[in-house]
This record gives sequence, C-alpha cells and structure tokens, in this order.
Amino acid sequence: MIKASVYVTIKQSVLDPQGVAVQGALHSMGFKEVDSVRIGKYMELVLDTHDRAEAEARVKAMCEKLLANTVVEDYRFELEG
Amino acid sequence: MSQQVSAKEPNPEQIAEQQIYKQMGVSDSEYELICGFLGRKPNYTEIGVFSVMWSEHCAYKNSKPLLRRFPTSGPRVLMGPGEGAGIVDIGDNQAVVFKIESHNHPSAVEPYQGAATGVGGIIRDIFSMGSRPIAVLNSLRFGKLESDRVKYLFEHVVSGIAGYGNCIGIPTVGGEVVFDESYDGNPLVNAMCVGLIDHDKIQRGVAKGVGNPVFYVGPPTGRDGIHGATFASEELTEESEARRTAVQVGDPFMEKLVMEACLELIDTGIVLGIQDMGAAGLTCSSAEMASKAGNGLELYLDEVPQREEGMTAYEMMLSESQERMLFVVEPKDEAQAREIFERWGVICAKVGKVTDDGRLKLYHHGEVVGDMPVTALVDECPIYDKPSAVPAYYEQNANVDTLRYDEVKDLGAALDQVLASPTVASKAWVYNQYDYMVRTSTAVRPGSDAAVVTIHGTRKALAMTTDCNGRFVYLDPEVGGRIAVSEAARNIVCSGAEPLAITDNLNFGSPEKPDIFWQMERSVDGMAEACRELETPVIGGNVSLYNENAQGAIYPTPVVGMVGLVHDTDHITTQGFKAEGDVVFLLGDTKAELGGSEFQSVIHGLVEGRPPQLDLAVEKKLLGAVLEAIQSGLVRSAHDLSDGGLGVALAESCISGNLGAKVELASELRTDVFLFSESQSRILLSAAPEQADALQQLIEGKGVPVTRIGNVGGTELNVSVNGTAALSRPVEQLKRTWEDVIPCLMK
Amino acid sequence: MKFAVLVFPGSNCDIDCYKAVEDGLGESVDYVWHTATDLSAYDCIIVPGGFSYGDYLRCGAISRFAPVMNEVAKAAEQGKYVLGICNGFQILTEAGLLPGTLRRNMSLKFRCHDTVLRVDNNENPFTSLYAAGEEITIPIAHGEGNYYCDEATLAELQQNKQIIFRYTDNPNGSVDNIAGISNQRGNVVGMMPHPERAIDAVLGSVDGKKMFTSILKAWRDRHESASVR
Repeated sequence: MIKASVYVTIKQSVLDPQGVAVQGALHSMGFKEVDSVRIGKYMELVLDTHDRAEAEARVKAMCEKLLANTVVEDYRFELEG
Repeated sequence: MSQQVSAKEPNPEQIAEQQIYKQMGVSDSEYELICGFLGRKPNYTEIGVFSVMWSEHCAYKNSKPLLRRFPTSGPRVLMGPGEGAGIVDIGDNQAVVFKIESHNHPSAVEPYQGAATGVGGIIRDIFSMGSRPIAVLNSLRFGKLESDRVKYLFEHVVSGIAGYGNCIGIPTVGGEVVFDESYDGNPLVNAMCVGLIDHDKIQRGVAKGVGNPVFYVGPPTGRDGIHGATFASEELTEESEARRTAVQVGDPFMEKLVMEACLELIDTGIVLGIQDMGAAGLTCSSAEMASKAGNGLELYLDEVPQREEGMTAYEMMLSESQERMLFVVEPKDEAQAREIFERWGVICAKVGKVTDDGRLKLYHHGEVVGDMPVTALVDECPIYDKPSAVPAYYEQNANVDTLRYDEVKDLGAALDQVLASPTVASKAWVYNQYDYMVRTSTAVRPGSDAAVVTIHGTRKALAMTTDCNGRFVYLDPEVGGRIAVSEAARNIVCSGAEPLAITDNLNFGSPEKPDIFWQMERSVDGMAEACRELETPVIGGNVSLYNENAQGAIYPTPVVGMVGLVHDTDHITTQGFKAEGDVVFLLGDTKAELGGSEFQSVIHGLVEGRPPQLDLAVEKKLLGAVLEAIQSGLVRSAHDLSDGGLGVALAESCISGNLGAKVELASELRTDVFLFSESQSRILLSAAPEQADALQQLIEGKGVPVTRIGNVGGTELNVSVNGTAALSRPVEQLKRTWEDVIPCLMK
Repeated sequence: MKFAVLVFPGSNCDIDCYKAVEDGLGESVDYVWHTATDLSAYDCIIVPGGFSYGDYLRCGAISRFAPVMNEVAKAAEQGKYVLGICNGFQILTEAGLLPGTLRRNMSLKFRCHDTVLRVDNNENPFTSLYAAGEEITIPIAHGEGNYYCDEATLAELQQNKQIIFRYTDNPNGSVDNIAGISNQRGNVVGMMPHPERAIDAVLGSVDGKKMFTSILKAWRDRHESASVR
C-alpha cells in the first residue's frame, strides 16, 4: 500500500477570497506577521500498489484529470510507504 | 466478538447497582417499570433503547397532557398529529403536508451542522409521507447581536440552513429571526417543511404484514449523534459543550438521492410502510412502525450497513446518522425496490422482518441482544403532570404602568431606532444566502408577511409563515399564545390566503420548574383557544424543553407555523405600496398597549407590563373582512401590524414598495404611544382610488373599524397626528437604516 | 424542436428547465439521465443547475466525467445548441467546452437575488430576440459564480464577442463583470444567472423567456433554410 498526500491550492496569480478573509481575521486578532494565507484542499489516497513510479504517474494523472482544476489550482503530492 | 463487546459494556447487574440508567436520563421509578415490562433487568442495549423511547423528545412525557388540549381535527384535516407530519386537504385530490421541528440543542454546540441536520430531518419527515417537499421555513432566535458568540451562532446557523436547503434544491422561502437576550446561550432553530401530495399517495409509518422484510436505505450507520434525543431533553451545561460528538453531520447530496429514490419507490405503490430515522434512529423508527401495525419486529444488526468498525448493538440502535429511512414491502416486490435504490446509487439493505409477537427483537452476532415489548417502548412511558405555579414576575407586572415613561418627542429618531433593531430590520442578509426560488414556484419571496408558493398546473398557491412573539408570551402566556396563532393567521390573510391549519414548536425552559410549566400550560391554552376560534387545527408539531442555562430560561416561545390556501394566484397580495395616489386604510383599534413592544424594549430598555390584549371574535371578523376584500380584487397591498406597530408597518410598506406616503392620523392617545403601540388585530391596506370607497364599505359592513389615513405617493413618509407633523423621513433613508443594520453588525 | 434536460445526481433545477421549455415554449422536452449515451434525437441540450455530486471536490468536477458528457461534446461539435445554467455552466467549463472557471463568490457567501444583466451580444442563437445592450432582470443563486480566466483568454473572449451577458452590478467578483459566455462558434452558452426562473410574471420577471424563444427561432431559421435548400 502506498499513501498519497495530495495538496491542491489556488494559484499564486489567482485571488483566493477565502485566504484573504482568513488573513484579515488573523490580523484583527493581532497576528500581524501573517503576510499571506492560501487556502487549499488536502486529500489522502491509499493506493493498492507497491510500485512507486507507477503510483507517481497515476496520482499525477488523477490530479490533472480530476483532483485539481489547473485553470486556477496548483497541486503537489507526497508518496509514503 | 460479542463477548468482547459486552465485556466493555456494563452488565444488567452493574446497570442496576451503579444506577447507570440515570446517566441516560431514566429515573429510578422508570427503571423499575422497565424491569417490570421485561420481567428482568435490562441489558445495556435495552436500557439505551428505553431511555431514548422514553425521552421527552420521543414520548412527550412532560407535555402530552398539554398537547391533548389542542384541537386536532377539522373538515380538511386528512391526518393529524402522530405520523411524520400532518396533512390538510386543499381540493382537487391534492393535499398539503407540513411540520415544524426544533434542532435547538445541537445548534447551540455546533451551529452549522446542528441547523443543517435540522433542515434535513424535517425534509425527511415530509417525504416519508409520500409527499414532494416544496418549501422550507425557519424560525430562529438568538441572543443580542452584539457578542462574538451570538454572531458566530447566527452566521453558522444561517449558512448551515443554506448549505443544506440550497444543495437539496428545496427553496427556503421564509421564516423569522429574532434577537433577544433571553436566547443568549440557548438559540432556537426551528425548521418547517411544506410538501404537496395527492390523496392516494399518502403513506404511513406502519410495519404491515407478518413475515414481510424490513429495509434500511441511506448511508451507513456511524457513531454519530448517539443519545441525541436525550441530549435534546436536558439543560445545556459546560459538559454538554464537551459532548460535541453527539452532533450529527449532514449530507444534503445524499438526502437528495434518498428523497428522489423514496418518492419514486412510493410512486410504484408497493410500499406498505415507510418512516425516516430521525431522533433515536433505528430504535424509534422500528419501534414506532411495529407499534402502529400492532406487530413486532426483528432486526438483524449484522445486516445494518456500518461506517465504522466494531459497532455494538447499542451504538447501532442509538446512532443518529442522517439521511436514513426504513420501509416495508412484500417479498415479491423486493427486487423492484432494490432496483430503484441501485439506480439512484443509494444503499438498500434488508435488516429485519415483521413478526406477530409484539416484540422488538435484536439479533447481533448470532445472539439475541435485545428483546422488548413494543407497546412498553412506545405507549407505556409514564406521563407526568408537572406542578405549575404562577411566577412572581407575572403578578408584579400586573401593576406596571407602561405609560409612565416620558413622552418621546422626536418620533423620526424613534422610528429610526426601532427600524434599526435587528429583530425589526431587514433580513435580506439572511435570506439572500438561501435559494428561495429553486423549483420556480416562489410567488412571494422572503420579506413580506407570508411567503407564497404556487402549485404548478393550477391557479392555486400556498401561503406559509412562522410566528411567535416570545416577549408577549413571557408577559402573559395565554394572551401570547393567542397572539402567536392570530398573528400567523393575519400574515396568511394579508398574503391573500385562507388559513388552513398550524404546526407548532413549543420551545420552553425546564418543565421541572413550576413557573415554566405554568408558562407551558397557559400558552397552550391560549393557542388552543385561537386555533378553535380561527378554525386552524394543530396537525402536528414538536416540543423542545430544557432550553435554559445558568442564566435562566428562554422566553417561552411556542412558534406557530401556519399554512394557508390561495384560491387563485390573482389574490396574491404583498405588503409594499403599489402606486402613487393609492388610498391607505388602517383597520382595527389602536389602544395604549406598549407592554412587550419593540418600542418599550428598544427605546426604554424594558420588557414589562401586560402584553396587548386580543379578542378572538374581533380577530376573526378582521380576517374574514380582509380576505373577502382581497378576493374581491379591492386591495393593492396588505400588511399586518406587529413589531413596532403602525410606525414600522408604514415604513415597511413604503420601503417594500419604494414609494412614499402622506398619512394624517387622529387619536386621543399620546403620539408616541399611538405610533408604536402593538395593539392586535390591526392591518394596513392600500387600494386604488377608484376602489377605495368600495373597500371601505366592505370592511365597515363586516363591523371592522376602518380609517382612511392617507395616500401613497412621493418619496417621503410624512405622518401627522391631530394636525401636527409627527415624523418625516425620505423612504430612501428609512430603507438604508432598515437594510444596513445586520450587514454592518456582521462585518 | 426537441430539448433535452440532463439529470445528474444532485441536479435540482432540472424540473425548472423542463417547465420553462414545456410551459414557456410549448416544445417537446425530455429528462435525460447522466448515464445516457445517445443525444442524437435532441436539438438543444440544457445542462441545469443544482449541486451535481454534491459539488464535492469542485463544482462540476465529477459530473464532467458522466457518460452523457461525451455526447454533449459531440452535440456541441455538430453545432447543436448547448446551454449550461449555473451548475451547468460550471460543468461545461470543467468539461472544457467553455473557457475559464467559476470560483467562490468574493463575499464567500451564497447569493440569491435578482440581478440586472446587459445583453452584450445579441448576434447569437441564444439572444437574438433581445436588443443589443438591453438590460434584463434575471435571478442568480450560487456560491461559486465568480468567473475567472487569464488575461489572454479574456482578450480572446472580448475580441470574439463571446461575452454574452455582463452584470450591471457585479454580485460575485467575476472578471469583466461576466455573467455568461459562449464558445467561439456561439452554439454553446454558459451563464450563472437563471433564465428559467424568469419566465412567469407571477414569479417576478419574464425577461428570461426571450432566451428560450431565441433558441427556438434560431433552430427554425436554420431548419427552414435547410428545408428550402
């Protein structure tokens, strides 16, 4: 079994209204050092395989096809196990 | 496995010795009764099952004697209290199904999910009757909109309602939001759902036909919401805050699929009985279905779809996982039923069988893990007649002179202040988050007296509203109860509809306290009188008690949800003024009644005295006259006078219509009292100039006091009393005052 | 003319679109399930609003992989009319039939109210009966209607007159006030506002009706010219 941890975030060039709102809230609570906040999604996938190279390619395809919308989102992932 | 599990659970002897039943809300005497019914000591699963079946939420053990005082039948009532929801005939083989239910306690600890699952639960009640849900309303109460905690609760309750209702695609068309200190820490979240049904499609939650299979549909059962029903039946403490796990998580997408699949299943005509799993989940639904058929039921718990591993019988029986239903069909129809759920992608599992022994029997891992008489569970819960006592505050209020306050001279400023009270202010911030138009039937959107939803393919429509003024009920529960029903009826009539029936949500503090029980008793009496007089029987409802915390109880808040029938969409009427030159009429008598008024609270910071009086015969005459006038096509706008009295009603009609008005009043009352008194049985009408005389004659002919008070026109609201200018405000300014309050507070 | 209204698990404006065609237009219309693999019988395909697959992950992300979406792509290619409303618009962008994407509203809140749209392109099968620049009242009801595309795409949309509707008072933060766009060919339109909710005076507005009658007119014009030939 390989566990894939996938992170999907809004692209740097695209406004993230949720991130802006959370940053504003943190500022008003006194956390002035917060320079920016980007909100994204975290997904855990457990893959029934031991082949890391295959898993790498498959997860990338999953991200491109479904898990992220590359018009506005970036993704990255880590494999474990 | 079953040995391991039961090793964790206390055995019957331990339950008795350590009085573990008490943690579940079962008293010593109730425990003795249960032992008697079983002929032995209950095991952990059984005492759990009894505890939820015998909770206030399921058994109404503290409120049943009061609920019996309500009129529940009438010529149009097809189904009264007792099933998932009540049903009222609206002609042409069609009927309207509706019910209100509270989710107060869950919303206090987890507002988003608490409110969302409240909406989900009431929708299931409606479609489990075989009815297509067409609208949702919400009656919400929060503390003063000042503290961060109240703002947090308000924001998340609203988004929880929006999240669920918008996704499932049932419009949230109306309701009310009230802010008052008494709800600080005890918010009220009451959700009402209205559905349509053809007479021949009406379903009952009955486990018919010995030997027939029992099916479970919906998502797998997890450990969510265990003991939700008992949780809802006790006071909120810090400990209950810590018991957040008791709150369930809703999945509106799943409910949409379950709903479509169930409605399709019901449409086939093969269903013998169907019921949703609401409070107390599998326990309550199975026991009630068996009870109504006079049968027994066997459940094979290994067959229950499970989300988590190692779930015990106790956990499965008490789980309140959402979006689940139970139904019974004949064995020959099993395949057809399964095919429907498969197509909708919804799990459908055979989990039991109807039996003839009158017992609820639970099997798990090849053993009988519970065996209880169904009648004991459903019918034998002891009913308590609680002691009641007149509270001291009520006696003291008898002597309060509500005219002792200094006269307010700047009436424009006073109107601004009352309009800016969050309870009176525009709720657009709330309802613009709700999809109130989906299903394209919403003829009157949120923000008028009642919402109106058309019935596709007919000229008919349904008007619906929720109402209750907790301050009035607090000051005089009987009068307040009468007012709650009457105000709802007035809202319905002002929309052009004939009031049909009500559903009620009785929100109170702890019934163990004689003061509180007195409030319950008296307000139920007041509501019952009004329901009888106005011919709007109670067809179902809900009771939520123990709404109190260390600071005290909430105002007694028996929320009335009323539905009315618009006979022709041409009769649909809204509160906004419609055209320059229209004549404005005030119907009813204005008396010096400031007790419990918005004016008293906002301007003087007080809630005291006696509330306005209400004569039901007068109310009935008024309602009949206005409905006839509307149906005769004589009325351009109609608006009930409620919070903030005549001043606010005029302002709202101007704001909604985007038109000014020039009003000249004559009165012997002090001007501030006259403008802000909340005397009952009053309505503001406007009529086209050429129809004004006819309207006045019609109203007078019915013996209802009517005064021509001015004309619609211009861009300002100008009011003079006894020839002296009283207030003058541009409508645009009134509108800003009224609209900006809640968005500003929520920024 | 024959209309299809697609039904995904979680669609909830399917009934409204069906009624708009049946009652408002009097044309024939069928519900077509997301698993369908043949749309050849239909002249116009409506992808309705709702919360398909709960809008979990991203609005429209899962629906675009439904079998019927291959057929929608084929129909678009054949020049048939495809109209995506609200969630339908989101599905069409996810499917790549329309450029850009829809983000969360700037306010982060679901918004439901009337909006005033300007018809910025009336030389289109969906809008030909509106006047150029006409202002129409059409309601919105969405949490994620904030249209986004990069600058190059926006320039292209502007140049090709693919921006069909603009908000006169932007409710969600959409770039260039975009409320609805078409593909380059003009036969696929996506919009966040709900024209099907504005076809009955009792419900507040009839300004959406011309959208449906425009489609019918376009089809008839094409059909008649074809039969003349």
